[in-house]
Amino acid sequence: MNRKQFIKTVIGATLGISSAFAMTAQAEETIKVGILHSLSGTMAISETALKNTALMTIEEINANGGLLGKQLEPVVVDPASNWPLFAEKARQLITQDEVDVVFGCWTSVSRKSVLPVFEELNNLLFYPVQYEGEELSQNVFYTGAAPNQQAIPAVEYLMSEEGGGAKRWYLLGTDYVYPRTTNKILRAFLISKGVEESDIEEVYTPFGHSDYQTIVADIKKFSAGGKTAVVSTINGDSNVPFYKELGNAGLKATDVPVVAFSVGEEELRGIDTKPLLGHLAAWNYFMSVKGKQNRSFTKMYKAWAKKNGVPNLDTVVTNDPMEATYVGIKMWAQAVEQAGTTDVDAVRDAMGGQTFKAPSGFTLTMDATNHHLHKPVMIGEILPNGQFQVVWSTKTPIRAQPWSPFITGNESKQGL
Amino acid sequence: MLNNKRNALLFILSFLALAFPMVGTALDRTDISGLASEHVMERLKAIDKIALVGDSDALRLLKELQNSELLVTDTGQIVLENDDWDVIDAITLEMLDPQPDTYNTVIVNNRMRSQLESAVGVLQLLSDDREIRLTSAKSLRDNLSPLLLTFLNKALAQESDEEIRRILQESQSIILLDSPDEQERIDAVNYLTSSSERRVRELLVAKLEKNESGEFEEVSAEVRVAIEFAVTAIDRKLTFIDYFGRLFSGLSLGSILLLAAMGLAITYGLLGVINLAHGEMLMIGAYATYVTQQLFVNYLPSYFDLYVLAAIPMAFLSSAIIGVVLERTVIRWLYGRPLETLLATWGISLFLIQLVRQIFGAQNVEVSNPTWLSGGVEVWNIVMPLNRIAIIVFAALVLIGIWLLISQTRLGLFIRSVTQNRSMAACVGVNTAKVDMLAFGLGSGIAGLAGVALSQIGNVGPDLGQAYIIDSFMVVVLGGVGQLAGTVYAALGLGVFSKFIEPGVGAVLTKIIILVFIIAVIQKRPQGLFALKGRSVEG
Repeated sequence: MNRKQFIKTVIGATLGISSAFAMTAQAEETIKVGILHSLSGTMAISETALKNTALMTIEEINANGGLLGKQLEPVVVDPASNWPLFAEKARQLITQDEVDVVFGCWTSVSRKSVLPVFEELNNLLFYPVQYEGEELSQNVFYTGAAPNQQAIPAVEYLMSEEGGGAKRWYLLGTDYVYPRTTNKILRAFLISKGVEESDIEEVYTPFGHSDYQTIVADIKKFSAGGKTAVVSTINGDSNVPFYKELGNAGLKATDVPVVAFSVGEEELRGIDTKPLLGHLAAWNYFMSVKGKQNRSFTKMYKAWAKKNGVPNLDTVVTNDPMEATYVGIKMWAQAVEQAGTTDVDAVRDAMGGQTFKAPSGFTLTMDATNHHLHKPVMIGEILPNGQFQVVWSTKTPIRAQPWSPFITGNESKQGL
Repeated sequence: MLNNKRNALLFILSFLALAFPMVGTALDRTDISGLASEHVMERLKAIDKIALVGDSDALRLLKELQNSELLVTDTGQIVLENDDWDVIDAITLEMLDPQPDTYNTVIVNNRMRSQLESAVGVLQLLSDDREIRLTSAKSLRDNLSPLLLTFLNKALAQESDEEIRRILQESQSIILLDSPDEQERIDAVNYLTSSSERRVRELLVAKLEKNESGEFEEVSAEVRVAIEFAVTAIDRKLTFIDYFGRLFSGLSLGSILLLAAMGLAITYGLLGVINLAHGEMLMIGAYATYVTQQLFVNYLPSYFDLYVLAAIPMAFLSSAIIGVVLERTVIRWLYGRPLETLLATWGISLFLIQLVRQIFGAQNVEVSNPTWLSGGVEVWNIVMPLNRIAIIVFAALVLIGIWLLISQTRLGLFIRSVTQNRSMAACVGVNTAKVDMLAFGLGSGIAGLAGVALSQIGNVGPDLGQAYIIDSFMVVVLGGVGQLAGTVYAALGLGVFSKFIEPGVGAVLTKIIILVFIIAVIQKRPQGLFALKGRSVEG
């Protein structure tokens, strides 16, 4: 075959294949759904499970007949833990792939990076992770917790008699926007509860910090002055060396309890949890929650993981952001059914007041004004098997306050 | 430290129960029914009630509660599971008939756990076993109450072990700080002068403060003088302990940096290859440790504690083989072209990360410490974790090993000769290509050894190497390229330096200061702190 012939054949084949694709696409029309989670880079550890959950939920909807008589078609992209790439990939999903909705993001900085894209192109983002608040967008639905649905109840619990009656507070976090804002809110909250400035210590570590010797020694020193609790907003990978140091230094939860806002079942998979007995986490869902909804949710995920050959599948777990992803997609599907269309404005209107019986066992409602879910708050203690035992929980879901009353300048936004 | 209200009732009555152990009434069901309550405070009261009974059954129940073995049925009966998974009553130990279908664990939270600890502490302080008495004495020290004084006196009178006596005496003196008798207070303060506990210091300082009505907490001026003297003495000890602690953590950090950088000191320092995939060699070593651990879990569970030792050759070999393959296929074509080497090894690094992510998943894998590397040794109230001590020793051994290899063996001689003058070495018959390969394999293998150490203190995940690559280069460049001794000084120096400034300025600023410091050094001494001198240094 000479060169000309070869090129001809290649072009011919390509055209043939692409037209065949175009025909199948026309034959069965689908609703395209974007999934924007990092599958490589530092955040892959947390976000891969959310991509899996999203795919599982979409399969479940498709197996039950799809939406408006059409099948859902997931479009998965990998923004590779690279914040500017998030914006690029979001634009690509909306303009080239023409998706009707996007589920994605984990870190606040990635959300901030895609926000202008969604507002400019008027599309919808469902954000499934707990965050620092101080944001509202017509184009985003927040299915994770705002600070008043996680951080503040956790601190109140540790202050209470049954939680151990902590008097001194060591606020420890990774140096970026979520810990800084959360600690600002917590500091104001603690002071409003009569805690002295000298009884609050705020400490930050760089991203990827792995040597916690000095900090653990410092916590020990600080706790000599009275019953101390540590509030940890350490992010991602740094948690493992922190907890390992804590365990080896002999600091037990009965001496100094550590409550974490970014540590769930998934993060504990990489740690030997025996020395961590009794340390706490605050979330809106735990895998160990009892009830029919959760049983079927965890069963469905384990089956999906097995079918798709997820690595280490005998130890797969479910966690709070996964539940929030699941709830987000199901609520969006309900809203689409109700609106009868995937049109962004119609779906947005239908989302307000949407309710869903979540795996947490509570019926969650999407707030029509602030786009945040009403969520129950649960506090769990770490068990030796890496699961959490719920030791405290609200009786009903709580409405989110994205604009915290503990930050000055937010007074006018309390109605939201 | 002193908690008067919280445990008062518990302690008076449990003391009575202990003083007359035969008189205590036997446990009955109403005592423990509170454990079934969903309110923590009710469950706490039930613990008190059980502790009041104070007999061996009560102690057994408290321990079962500590281990989360107690269960509650739907009807609120407290039960246990025996070895055959039959449900039995928690008090009578009789089999339930009919057996209940569903039951839950009695939930024990932190607050209850510390109450249990002190209750068990009181009940076991007179035990025959030294270890049990020691733990009890320690848990009592954390939950002191004035009502314990008589009890402590009694325990002290019986106690012969020095360490336990010291703890009990310290507890006794703390209680006596509130004694109405001035002489007793002075004696207590004098005893506490020998303490090196920060909590004791805080307690003493509080006595020197004025209360709301403007009087000193401690009324007697004489006692106040004694307290001031004691506080100064304790402070002196604490400062010393503090510096000792910093030195230890500095050495520990330094030994980790040294392990991570030693392989690079060979590949970059001696061969001159800028290997950006060096971090991934660490990561492969850590994953080799994980795989070895899994093999032990599956095939040799009874020798599990030894898996780390088996992981050492495994990690060395896997990293070394991958290193040799890299050298043969990619790097050897790029000698003398630093920019291309840099790009190629960076690509290899990304490739290896994603490969591991595909095989093992993006999540971290769990590498647990064997029992002989868990916990720590306590010296002057500083807990030195065993895994960190082991890493310091391991780093020293690896260093000695490399030194012997480079200075005493034929391979070492070849490596040195090729480094110093490649063409001359080739002329006298050294197979330089083979030496390059072996040296690169050696450097990679040492990185694998570092991976074993890192798996014991932190994450094992695909990104493990990324966290150490910059630090490794920093150490090698600072120490001076081309020689091992410089790497050692630089690693230990950086470790100790950063641990000494971190408590003052915080972790974020420490990182910045270190980087600025290195930039300044490189400006002044581009060859690094301990550069080679003489003709062997080629352009």
